Amino acid sequence: MKVLLVDDEVELVSAMAERLGFRDIDADWTDNGEEALKMAASTEYAVAVLDMKMPKMSGLDLMELLAKDHPTMKYVFLSGHGSETDFKAGCAAGCSYLIKPIQIEDLVAKIQEAQG
Amino acid sequence: MDIYEKIRPKFWDTDSGTGPGKNLFNYRRIWRIAIVILAVVALVPLMVMACIDYNVTQRSLESENLLRTARTTSNTRRTVAYFLEERTNALDFIAQHQGLSTLRQSQTLKRVFASLKNSFGGFVDIGIIDSQGRQVAYIGPHDFLGIDYSGQEWFTGTMERGTYTSDVFLGFRDEPHLVVARRVRDEKTGEDFVLRATLDTGKFNAILSSIDLPGGGDAFVVDTQGVIQTPSREHGDVFSKVDLFLPTYSERTSVNQILAKDGTDYTVGYAYVRGTPFIVLIVKKTATLMEPLETIRMELLWILVSSIIVILLVIVGVATYMVNKIYIADQTRARTLHRMEHTNRMASIGRLAAGVAHEINNPLSIINEKAGLIKDLFVFKKEYAHDDRLLSNIQSILDSVTRCGKITKRLLSFARHIDVEQDSIEFKDLADEVVDFLRKEAEYRSITITMDIPENLPPFVSDRGKLQQIFLNLINNAFQAMNDGGQLYIAARKITENRLIFSVDDDGCGIPEADMKRIFDPFFSTKKKRGGTGLGLSITYGLVQELGGTMAVESEVGKGTVFTIIMPLQGPHKA
Repeated sequence: MKVLLVDDEVELVSAMAERLGFRDIDADWTDNGEEALKMAASTEYAVAVLDMKMPKMSGLDLMELLAKDHPTMKYVFLSGHGSETDFKAGCAAGCSYLIKPIQIEDLVAKIQEAQG
Repeated sequence: MDIYEKIRPKFWDTDSGTGPGKNLFNYRRIWRIAIVILAVVALVPLMVMACIDYNVTQRSLESENLLRTARTTSNTRRTVAYFLEERTNALDFIAQHQGLSTLRQSQTLKRVFASLKNSFGGFVDIGIIDSQGRQVAYIGPHDFLGIDYSGQEWFTGTMERGTYTSDVFLGFRDEPHLVVARRVRDEKTGEDFVLRATLDTGKFNAILSSIDLPGGGDAFVVDTQGVIQTPSREHGDVFSKVDLFLPTYSERTSVNQILAKDGTDYTVGYAYVRGTPFIVLIVKKTATLMEPLETIRMELLWILVSSIIVILLVIVGVATYMVNKIYIADQTRARTLHRMEHTNRMASIGRLAAGVAHEINNPLSIINEKAGLIKDLFVFKKEYAHDDRLLSNIQSILDSVTRCGKITKRLLSFARHIDVEQDSIEFKDLADEVVDFLRKEAEYRSITITMDIPENLPPFVSDRGKLQQIFLNLINNAFQAMNDGGQLYIAARKITENRLIFSVDDDGCGIPEADMKRIFDPFFSTKKKRGGTGLGLSITYGLVQELGGTMAVESEVGKGTVFTIIMPLQGPHKA
């Protein structure tokens, strides 16, 4: 099972990928939307973990673009902002929503849940 | 001084301050203007009324005096005329009743004289003079029988006119007397005789002196030449010329006001007594007559003065009360505005805090992940000491903590209560600090912020907190006006030795011409529905003024807006 991590904070996303690796989840990561689209095009990911707020392209925007080419892909959103509107947008898209900082176990659970 | 402290109104010692609102808050000026206007409006009609009233009273008193004098004069004239007429008629009666031949008999004349004295009184003597002027019969205290009167004026006057009333004169007896005479024709001989009686001047004088003249004054009789006939109190002795001007003959009583030679103003009533050479004079001092006016004037003055004092007291009281109310209202308004400013500032801080919380969450997540990773490494890899990766991970935790610290400090520097705090400020630092808060939002919205601030800009002394708020408000406003992907241009320059100019230039929606005048007004907002209070720019404007700067705006709809602030290098010194 391949997981794609997208967050503008490189340090965060790299550490997260490595920790998921310890838990037998094969995670690729990137810090921007364009790169994520390229990676998704070449590799089949089951779940995408997206940060809500990123420069240029937000998590929701990226999800829409990814959803066009990869209809089966599931999404988990991360946000540092406790904003209600973001929460509603995330939930409306029918995906999981986690508020940073997160517990890695919660994330693993969400990924597994999303994957079905 | 204690009483003064108590009654002194609150607004008295307020500083009117400087600037455009100077007259608006000069309470003493408002107070003075109110008092002057109220006093003029209230006192001028009062004084006009008092003057009119005084004049009317004076005029009515004068006319009343003239009327009263005229009445007294007429009455006196009537009394005098009646006195003389009565006696001449008595002579007529005697002449007709007795017949001249009978009267010439000494016994008869004596009897007649005695009954005249008893019934009428005032007779001194009685005599009969023949047509040659020789006294042929006489009854009286003197021995005047046989005296020749042919040269006397009264004799010729009587022979011509048939009746005569003389002046008061001394005559042969050398004491003042007056004479009434009748021409009588002897039926038998057809010869003319004169029946003559002397009247007692004492009786005559008594008539005049008995007149009751209110407020003093003189009643006396002069002849047509102005020679005084009866004693007067102030206008000369008997037989001296009166010191008053005599009017020409008139049937009617006349009253004139005359200025005597010594400067006294007299009110004089004249009446010519018909058929005699007498003029009755009633002389009163005008000043004495007008004495009631003095009382009225004093009363009027007293009422006027007390009214003026009461009105002035009331006006001053009311003006003080009202201005005090205005002052208190202004104070309340200022406090309310200040509270709103504070609320607005708190709202800014709240927004900032939310933003900052978001910013802190990212580094905290990293700390979390890195710490978790270290834990994982320990758990999964079973190796620790001298591990470079472990060290670099620890380092990255430290870096993140530092970042948190920085953001927290900035938050605190914003949230700090903004007192008057003079600080030496590098504008570059200030701008960086403010822009850093909004940099994330700018990134998300792809807004490019360009800063054009020279390195060699001199530091200036001002209130850091206020300046931060000014720039934060301006940049926030600019962000709200801009679309995503806009350009914000912040510049600073030194324009003179002691002034700096800053500008915040956006390419947003711009401000319509109609709104330009109102943008600095409190509560003016174009986005009220979206939660704008309309206080942001008004407070910004207030803050700039407080720091001694000026603020200007240029805008073009659709092209953008430039806010320009000119700030002194040395801020205002506050006491």
